[in-house]
Order: sequence, then structure tokens, then C-alpha cells
Amino acid sequence: MPAYEIEIVLNRQLADCLSIPVFITDTAGNLIFYNEPAEGILGKRFEETGEMPVAQWSTEFKPVDEQGAVLPPDELPLVMTLRNANPYHKSFWIESLQGKNQKISVTSYPIIGRTGKMLGAVAIFWKSTEE
Amino acid sequence: MKIKLWGVRGSVTTTGPETAFYGGNSSCVDVREDGWQLVFDGGSGLQKLNADHQPGAKRIDILLSHLHLDHIQGLGFFKALFEPGMDVHIWGPVSSSQTLHTRLSRYLSPPLFPVLIRDLPCKLSLHEIANSKFSIGPFSIQSSYVIHPGPTVGFRVGNGKSVFTYIPDHEPALGEKGIIPDTKWISGYDLAAGADLLLHDAQYTAAEYKAKKGWGHSSINDAALFASMAGVKHVMFAHHDPFRTDDQLNEMFAVYKSENPYPFKNELAREGVEVNLD
Repeated sequence: MPAYEIEIVLNRQLADCLSIPVFITDTAGNLIFYNEPAEGILGKRFEETGEMPVAQWSTEFKPVDEQGAVLPPDELPLVMTLRNANPYHKSFWIESLQGKNQKISVTSYPIIGRTGKMLGAVAIFWKSTEE
Repeated sequence: MKIKLWGVRGSVTTTGPETAFYGGNSSCVDVREDGWQLVFDGGSGLQKLNADHQPGAKRIDILLSHLHLDHIQGLGFFKALFEPGMDVHIWGPVSSSQTLHTRLSRYLSPPLFPVLIRDLPCKLSLHEIANSKFSIGPFSIQSSYVIHPGPTVGFRVGNGKSVFTYIPDHEPALGEKGIIPDTKWISGYDLAAGADLLLHDAQYTAAEYKAKKGWGHSSINDAALFASMAGVKHVMFAHHDPFRTDDQLNEMFAVYKSENPYPFKNELAREGVEVNLD
């Protein structure tokens, strides 16, 4: 398999240094890297899972609205970024590993290289402070 | 494919007896085959290439890894640019904001240089490249962005028989854990994979690199690890620190060799050295 573009590699190296959860996907939405803090969201270590197809990781991650209704994937920031190549932000609820719902905020941005080509996307998660 | 090193010093040209053995000219490497000539980078080594101009040559291709001064300062002193009728092609990395012409003009214009790029008498063609594949005469060339501040590419050059990889400024170990032990996550890996000869940045010792992370260069240990992971047959360590004398380079290399018994051929790049790949 060819090596990833350096824009992707540098995003991974940055994510590796951060204490906030970070997901990196390719343009198809496949999860090609998540850092140690993000392992708490998926409940799995990257060293164990490796890269995950979108169909696999999206089922591990159950976003819901305040009434507990499952959010359609199309409304998630990362999916919107992959579709429109724009940054997005949204707060919603996810079910934690302990079975409790936790409100989180997600900001996603596209990885667009110097040539203007879309290479993938990044989502950053943190506990929401929004009311 | 005949390769000659005209400049292997990094950052700034040095002069004097203490750097005379490995040389003080900045980046420039010449590759020839069947009357075609590629010049990788236009550092101060380029002005030495004037004396080795191919008789009757009507075309020359200069491939710039990036536009830091130590890679372009020789351009203004390269005679081919001042020869009417000479076909000069300059290839350089795409920037997201300015054209190659605009960026080269910053140097080739007053007050830094008296001659404007538009006034050069040669037939000048500029080509912007990124993650690109193209051919020049008998050479097939691949360029890819590599980790170094500003738009920077490395090159993989093949002639159907051999591969030469040129990555003079490169920091593949940038990050918390150094080079990631998964080849698809290594900057420059595709360029170097299985190369017969790799010329690679090795400006620092492993100890020096700890204080120079993010400066865009490699330790000799990381350069060797990169070469090992890419399965190259022969690596030349280049972009020598301008503050390092010949004796200090020899000392640095001896320490590295004692700690890293890699099976492939590895040596310090030296100005004037020629390698024939076939």
C-alpha cells in the first residue's frame, strides 16, 4: 500500500502529542488513526484494531440527541466534513463505555493539501461545556 | 546513470581547510545518461558544475527540492541560464499561495540579485510539481512532498535499470515517537523503497536532534533507520552541518557506525564523488 500523504502523516504525529481525543479518516471515512485519548471513546486500542472501515467504527460510536434518539450519520460533523470539505462543529450525546450518556462536542476539519486535493478529515472530541 | 555530487553541505556554504574533504558547497547533484542531464538543487555547488558543462548540450533540467536559499543560491551563477538558445527547465514544488516564478523572483531580482528572472537570455521553462510523475529523456521521475518546513519534495529517479532517490532535507522522525514503524506512515517512504542509492539528510547526531526537532532535518541514526525500513542498497548521508569540520564528521560517523551495524552500504556524502548506477 502506498504511503499516506505527509499532510495525513503530520496530522497523526500531532494527534499523538495531544491529550484530547482525535480521529483521522481517509476520504472514504475509514478510520485510519485514533490517538490514545480516543481509545476511551471506542473502547479499543489502536494497536489492537489498526485501521477500521467506516462500517465498523461507526457502529462502535452511538451518537444520540438530548431525547436519546440516534443521530443520523449525515448530521455528524465528521461525515459533513467528508461530504462538503468544510469544518463543522456540533455538541451531542454518546453512550460511554460505562453505559452512561455523556455530552461531547466535536469539531471536524478537512485535510486539504497544497494542491487543493482533499486527503481526509480530522475530528477532535472533548467533554462539552455547552448548555 | 552517472551521479556526481557537487554540494553536500547544509544550510550555508562553508570554506576553509577544516571542511575541504567533505566539501563546503551547498546542495547540488548532477545525474546524466545518454546526453541528458538532470541537476538536483541549485545550491552553491551548481557554480562548480559550470566547468563540467556537456559540450553541445542544448537542454538542462534543474529539479529543486525546495526554495530555501542553500538550494537555489547557485542559480544566479549558472552559465546555462545566461546562454541564448539554451533550453533550461526548472522544476519546483507547488505552493498553495504563490507561483514558482514569483518565489524564484524573490531571489532573482534586486536587491538580492542584479538580473531579473525575465531578463535571463536562456529559454526558461518553469514547471510546478507536487506528488507527481513525469519523464525527462531516459529518466522516469517521481516527486512527493516530504516533511520539511515549506513546500519541499524529494525525488525518485529511474532509468529502467536503477533507482536513485534524492531527499536532502527531510525530517521523517518529526513527532512524539519518531519514525512510525509502519511504512505507509513514513514520509518519503515511497520515494526510497528499494532504491539502489539514497542521498538523505543526516545533519545531526542523535543527541543534537533532541534539541532540533521541527527544524526539518534528520539525525544520522534516523536517516539510517529510514534507509533500513525502505530497503535501500546504499545510502549517502548529506546536508552536513555547516559547523561540523571534517574531523568532527568522521568522529560522528564512527560513533554512528559503532552503534548501528546495518548491512547496507552507508557512508558520508562527499563533494566530487561520482557513482555509476547500472
